[in-house]
Amino acid sequence: MNEIKDYFFSPKYECMDRAEREKLQGERLVELVKRVYENVPVYRAKMDAAGLKPEDVHGLEDLKKLPFTTKQDLRNNYPFGMLCDKKEDIVRLHASSGTTGKLTVVGYSQHDLDIWQECICRALAMAGVTQKDTVHVSYGYGLFTGGLGLHDGATKMGCTVVPASSGNTKRQLTLLKDFGADVIACTPSYAIYLATELENNGMKKEDLNLRVGIFGAEPWSDQMREEIERDLGITAFDIYGLSEISGPGVAMECKYKHGSHVQEDFFYPEIIDPVTLEPLPYGETGELVFTTLTKTGQPLIRYRTRDITSLNIDKCPCGRTTVRMNKVLGRDDDMLIIRGVNVFPSQIETAIMNVSGVAPHYMIYVDRVDNLDVMEIQIEVNEQTTADTVGKMEELRKKIASEIQSYLGVSAKIKLVEPNTIPRSEGKAVRVVDKRKI
Amino acid sequence: MSVKQLSVFMENKPGRLNKLTTALGKEGIDLVTLSIADTKDYGIVRFIARDNQKAYDVLKREGFAIERTELIGIEVPDQPNALADVIGLLEAADINIEYLYSFVVTAIDTAKILFKVSDTAAALELLQNKGIKLLDEKIL
Repeated sequence: MNEIKDYFFSPKYECMDRAEREKLQGERLVELVKRVYENVPVYRAKMDAAGLKPEDVHGLEDLKKLPFTTKQDLRNNYPFGMLCDKKEDIVRLHASSGTTGKLTVVGYSQHDLDIWQECICRALAMAGVTQKDTVHVSYGYGLFTGGLGLHDGATKMGCTVVPASSGNTKRQLTLLKDFGADVIACTPSYAIYLATELENNGMKKEDLNLRVGIFGAEPWSDQMREEIERDLGITAFDIYGLSEISGPGVAMECKYKHGSHVQEDFFYPEIIDPVTLEPLPYGETGELVFTTLTKTGQPLIRYRTRDITSLNIDKCPCGRTTVRMNKVLGRDDDMLIIRGVNVFPSQIETAIMNVSGVAPHYMIYVDRVDNLDVMEIQIEVNEQTTADTVGKMEELRKKIASEIQSYLGVSAKIKLVEPNTIPRSEGKAVRVVDKRKI
Repeated sequence: MSVKQLSVFMENKPGRLNKLTTALGKEGIDLVTLSIADTKDYGIVRFIARDNQKAYDVLKREGFAIERTELIGIEVPDQPNALADVIGLLEAADINIEYLYSFVVTAIDTAKILFKVSDTAAALELLQNKGIKLLDEKIL
């Protein structure tokens, strides 16, 4: 593993005294509330309904009085009903596809793109990336924020950017090798796929010049990180973002890899109890909520991300004073409730890896048979896990089943399947098929 | 003196075995032995090819989950008690037989038996010392 020489891109804000930052955040919040009350009918209606005027908000301490924003608000006001700036001041539109219903659209002003790029630069600096590096972007380019987000940020830093986008893995490997990229940005599941494809294309990790990987857009486990780091010979960082707030870069891990630093001078995080909606103290697990303090195009107040995590204000050895968010346990809407037990696909993945020691391809099928939830997990057998006797295969199967039972408290039927039978994804991995009719 | 066997994990679905034999046949690879251990959901196809290394490379390239295992091959007279004697030797030495299969080549008065045992090295030494005729990959 190579040593990461990180540095502060914006030390003034990243290492600001916490009290001083809270003052700044409070001032920004007051301005934001005025702005949305005047320009966004949806927010004016929400605040009026709560009996709130912009004058009632004096600083951060008043944030908890403000109404929440949900994905449904964005859908109800599709496509431009949530804009704060005039439409002609919007310079970019991104959108994310929901599994149901309409697209969620986000309009960015030039100012919004600037702060997004600033966040990516801070993130790249955290991973020790400098303008001398070549950054290969394998996130999809388009309405999805991953590709263009990393692209613009790395361009602003002055890196050599390879806008590879997603797909055509064979060509990606050729580009990585021939252009000698130092940094790759993609989803963690695609990084694993690339690593396995290396060998199939007659290449070794030594043929690549990669040093750093910046991975996000889906939850991943520490075991996946170890596997990616080993198989690609890189240091892997987790980057967090969501299109509604600002795409990747809302938070980023430093080399101590103990939670991701939230760029909280721009995006103020809270953790709430998803049932009572009450704010929870630092350290407690609940739903992550963001307020975009400085955005102008489509700012959001107390946006419920559906991501389940916790916040940590302990001092980080890297020197940054920004709050860190722990790994996302799963999206609230990815969460499965199986016989009353909350199950996140990432936990199932961890359980499988605890037994087999490798990141297998797997798919979770949930169904309801005779009013009882049943979960079947199909796991691809690979070079490492195949054996010459049924006894050994059954032992593997039973070990995984019992690990899942003890780790999650819910039983699952484990089915071993042949290699390459589970569909591969080049964007966000689809891990769950829920066939229950409820 | 051991014999290498290849094992392939396969789902218990129509057409699977054909996929395997076609992949080998296309490359002109000849099978010497073939046996299947099966369950309701999947099976393990065990075989030895005339050119094992090539078979391994071909199947790996085609994306099969494949493993190599060391077996012991012996040749005994095709007559009563010949196999029993050998099994007795292994049992007396406390070596467990995980599985075995035999194949008889026609018009030859010996039978060839393949064993998967718990301790291959010990079994090989034992059988060699007792004068049992051991097979290597060429004899197959």
